Amino acid sequence: MASVAGVGGAVLGGALIGLAASLLWALNGRRAGVSGIVGGLLQPVRGETEWQGAFLLGLVLAGLVGTLVAPSAFGSSPLTLGPLVLAGLLVGAGTRLSGGCTSGHGVCGISRGSRRSIVATVTFMASAVATVAVVRALGGVP
Amino acid sequence: MTPAVGRALGGLASGLLFGAGLVVSGMTDPANVLGFLDVFGRWDPKLAFVMLGAIVVHALALRVLARRPAPWLGAAYSVLPPPRIDGRLVLGSLVFGVGWGLSGYCPGPAIASLPAAGARGLAFVASLAAGQGVVLGLDGLGSWAWRDTSASRG
Repeated sequence: MASVAGVGGAVLGGALIGLAASLLWALNGRRAGVSGIVGGLLQPVRGETEWQGAFLLGLVLAGLVGTLVAPSAFGSSPLTLGPLVLAGLLVGAGTRLSGGCTSGHGVCGISRGSRRSIVATVTFMASAVATVAVVRALGGVP
Repeated sequence: MTPAVGRALGGLASGLLFGAGLVVSGMTDPANVLGFLDVFGRWDPKLAFVMLGAIVVHALALRVLARRPAPWLGAAYSVLPPPRIDGRLVLGSLVFGVGWGLSGYCPGPAIASLPAAGARGLAFVASLAAGQGVVLGLDGLGSWAWRDTSASRG
């Protein structure tokens, strides 16, 4: 299993993500939006906390198994600690403002044909592309 | 098995599968994500294929599941308020994009990378939660100038 399998690995991995979102909808009737699940734990709602915590635990466990069987699937962010923390704050605040991230808007929302999620996804993609272009122009290595 | 335990197992299974998908697709490596975003440099289209695979599978599954009146383990499907396309949605997406473009991490891959990324990974996820907490705190103030119109938990 290699994450570097290129397009095949990308499509297969994507299909697994789609399957995961479908499973959560079929079983629990909930959307697999990771930023929303984090936000849910920060503002707990009775009856939701257990599955939300379990979902994040599943993500971490999958990551743990991944580090054992496919360590090359993990890389490191190019940022030093200070900018990394700043980026984390921006990701957290931005996803809570817009009500979703790559999974909630990008996968779940677009799969439903939500115009709101399409606007969000186009906007955060454009913003991220522009950010990488600026970093590159300033001499950084994105 | 109580319903709450069943739903927790549903969450666990979905999280495991989701994380496996992130690892298999290589999205747990920020270099792959930043490569996709590096449109004016050495563009790497992989992320688009990940999105495509996920959306095709999920859209088809939703069509099939639409005939079911309720989820297997829950009372009802979650319903969102009417969607709003407003300044808050656009501002939040812009801010998220800057953080994503700088770090190469969005929330899912950052959390799945916790075992691999050590203290730096923990610092990113902690700051992500703090950023969410700031907005939730401001929403809690309920000021007229700061209304939560996000209407979705995605």
